[in-house]
Amino acid sequence: MKRLLLIVALVAAQPLWADSSLPPAYWSDRQLPNPRQEAQAEALMQQIRCLVCQGQSIADSDAELAGDMRDLVRRRIAAGEKPDAIRAWLIQRYGTWISYKPTTEPAAWPLWLAPLALLLVGAWLLRRRISMRAGQ
Amino acid sequence: MIAETGLAALWLAAGLAALQFLLMILGLRSGADVRRAMRSIAIIQGVLTLIAFAMLLMVFARSDMSVALVFENSNSAKPFIYKVAGAWGNHEGSMLMWLTILAVAGAFVALLAHRTSERTTTAALGAQALLALGFYAFLLFASNPFARLSPAPMDGQGLNPLLQDPGLAFHPPTLYLGYVGLSVAFSFAVGALLTGEVDSRLARAMRPWVLGAWILLTLGITAGSYWAYYELGWGGYWFWDPVENASLMPWLAATALLHSINVLAARGALKAWTMMLAVIAFSMSMVGTFLVRSGILTSVHAFAIDPERGTFLLALLAIYVGAAFILFAVRAPALKEGAPFELVSRESGLVINNLILSVILGVVFVGTLYPLFVEAVTGEKLSVGAPYFDAVAGPLALLLAVLVGIGPLVAWRRERRPVFKQLAIPALFGITALAITIILDSGMRILPRLGFTVGAYLAAASFLPLANRNPIRAPLATWGMALAHFGIAVALAGMAANAAFSSERLAVAKPGDILTVGPWSVMLADVTPTAGKNWTAIEAELRASRGSGAITLAPESRFYSDPPTETSESAIRTFWNGQLYTVIGKQDGSGAWQLRLWWKPFVTLIWAGGALIAIGGALALLGRLWRLVWWPWRKREWRQERYA
Amino acid sequence: MSRAVRFAPLVLLLAIIVALVWRLATPADTNVHSTLEGRPVPAFDLPAILPNKPALSSADLASGQPHLVNIFASWCVPCVTAVKVLQELKGKGVPIEGIAIRDRPADLADFLSRNGDPYERIGSDSQSQVQISLGSSGVPESFVVDGKGVVRFQQIGPIEASDVPMILSKLEQAR
Repeated sequence: MKRLLLIVALVAAQPLWADSSLPPAYWSDRQLPNPRQEAQAEALMQQIRCLVCQGQSIADSDAELAGDMRDLVRRRIAAGEKPDAIRAWLIQRYGTWISYKPTTEPAAWPLWLAPLALLLVGAWLLRRRISMRAGQ
Repeated sequence: MIAETGLAALWLAAGLAALQFLLMILGLRSGADVRRAMRSIAIIQGVLTLIAFAMLLMVFARSDMSVALVFENSNSAKPFIYKVAGAWGNHEGSMLMWLTILAVAGAFVALLAHRTSERTTTAALGAQALLALGFYAFLLFASNPFARLSPAPMDGQGLNPLLQDPGLAFHPPTLYLGYVGLSVAFSFAVGALLTGEVDSRLARAMRPWVLGAWILLTLGITAGSYWAYYELGWGGYWFWDPVENASLMPWLAATALLHSINVLAARGALKAWTMMLAVIAFSMSMVGTFLVRSGILTSVHAFAIDPERGTFLLALLAIYVGAAFILFAVRAPALKEGAPFELVSRESGLVINNLILSVILGVVFVGTLYPLFVEAVTGEKLSVGAPYFDAVAGPLALLLAVLVGIGPLVAWRRERRPVFKQLAIPALFGITALAITIILDSGMRILPRLGFTVGAYLAAASFLPLANRNPIRAPLATWGMALAHFGIAVALAGMAANAAFSSERLAVAKPGDILTVGPWSVMLADVTPTAGKNWTAIEAELRASRGSGAITLAPESRFYSDPPTETSESAIRTFWNGQLYTVIGKQDGSGAWQLRLWWKPFVTLIWAGGALIAIGGALALLGRLWRLVWWPWRKREWRQERYA
Repeated sequence: MSRAVRFAPLVLLLAIIVALVWRLATPADTNVHSTLEGRPVPAFDLPAILPNKPALSSADLASGQPHLVNIFASWCVPCVTAVKVLQELKGKGVPIEGIAIRDRPADLADFLSRNGDPYERIGSDSQSQVQISLGSSGVPESFVVDGKGVVRFQQIGPIEASDVPMILSKLEQAR
């Protein structure tokens, strides 16, 4: 029964009984005044995974910690930091799990090679189906 | 009494399924004529499972709390339609729905199959029965929907409030009809591999089933995407969530299968490939069911986290797919392929279409399961999300869309005419669209820009096959194809518009504040508490205007008590050129409220496109079925004329 | 069609089934662990939240003896019972520092008076910033930090009574 409630609460993306009484951080729900910086921040937030509602990015999550992380991202971008540096800082603390964009580390190479590999395998399997000789 | 009737019907049906399977073995081994017996048994099995499902619907409709499932998932305060929908809004009930569709589909195959030989039909029905047996066992031994609760409680624990929604109530049935419809293709493939009769007759027998299942999957996915868009409150419509991918993968396989079947039907070629696709399509359905119910992948959608049931489903999957793959490996050498296709021919175009669709399917599959593989092998946890899938699937889909405009123009066997000249006009459309995007927004990212270009080109190119001939006399199937391909172009344009032109406004506002989003001025007039049947809420009154006349929107932040949940009810207003999407969030310390506003030009094209694709498919299906009905009638007419 | 091609799907299926069976057998740990184990605590300087409790900064953690840093909050339900276990650890001489996440002074004072106060210092992290810089993802969590300020161990979730020996040994190892 308790498990069911937990699942339901997780599904609704709002863990009701674990909320603080302080208001959200200033920059968690406000856009940066500079549109280019806001676009950079938004793009980065879409790629950082929420630690509480783990099926969503911090841009789409209602969790408090996600709000605080959005605030962190926006403040740093406003201070001039590059999105990749912020991502690296977060990965340093939480591991690659926190980034929805697979990194360039060796563990992720098969992912990026997969499309090409699949294309080649498929083309090879179907090689005899199409006659490449012009005019038959 | 009702629940026991349902359970008894289920047991009987399971027994009949076993009998049906044994009859198949008898029929294939000894050559005895089991056709009539199999047909009766399959039909009775279908009727019995239908009765079982009807019994489940009844206990939910009557809020019979002595049935454990009703207690866990319903409440007497629910509106009637959601009481009924609650029957399939849980693991056991949805599994029973799955099984019912499986059995009823088998019954219809028994009734309607006429193209395939007796032996193949028998084999297919036997395969369908074997599929059903595993799920009967699962339901009866591990997920009984009719289990009783004694003593019966006064009222139920309530249904998840997120499921109290028309979109979500009817999303599972549509999807399941699609998933399980693919089981017929699977059974036909297995049956034909057993008897060795893989030919164009088989393809023509399978085609309406694949088409029907594919149409429903398209509708189910489109509806699910729109539901997520308006319910989750952040304006996104596709998240590459594992459960979403679990519904996309059967769709991709079914799309490839649909096109490959046409080659098998027209030329009797691509036998091995088509059979493998038919097996993979339903396998993907089963993988999807397994992923959703086992809890092994983190997802917002997972609705039952039970490793024990997951193990049972995995065992079924391993047995069914493993057996089918072994059968394929053993029988594939017996499938004789003909001569290779000409380079410029419809067949070659469809081969390339299949190749690209299969690569997209493979990429989605790899991306979804990769974190699991990496953790199993190295212990490292990494995440694969939208950045990966968008980067890989996006360009492939665009490439496919370009080819979709060309393929239907090319003739079967060998195209000698200069058909590519016709593409000048669509190309012009594309280039014009490209130019317009450059003028409107020179900083647009490459994918949306290409999306507009290819969308415009395909919108024109999809109708070329109709322009080549008298449109009135063109077969309905051709109209269907044109409309479905046009739907792709529309959806592409919608996605590109959403990516390129959406304006977002996040702010913390007090009543009286005015915010701008896109061309709109939105004022927060008031924030008031309100309540409904089983919820309380904070409702904002927003007045929006873009020049002349103001409209009112009322987004809410709702709190349900039973079970305790908080949801956001966005207020959306649709116009011919876009949607105004508004959400109210939390309060900050100073009495101001979080507001999220979006102006999304032409975003509705995404789902309109999906609907068009489904309608195109329906037209094609109608065209083929019409011939089934019309042709014999016409023949009788001619015969009467001749002998009158 | 060569035998390799015909049987390839089966081989692939086997690999996938094995992976799925493994996952069913070893359920995923949904906790996200901090990667700071073995690395120094990032520099921070938190303000005090209660008048009678000193503030907490990273310098306090490099004092030469190991500390137990407990990330908690008054609104955190499991923290209520966890504090009792912390009292037990304090009784055994363990220096316990607290980082209060998103907390109000009045609520915190009330929490401590009701449940006990094992903390030497409490820093106020009202926007989870230090929590994030430590790689922590929720409350309650505890870090064993050695005398040089290097993180040696992270406990996600409350410290149960049965965990006490393990925590004590981690603290020993951190000397």
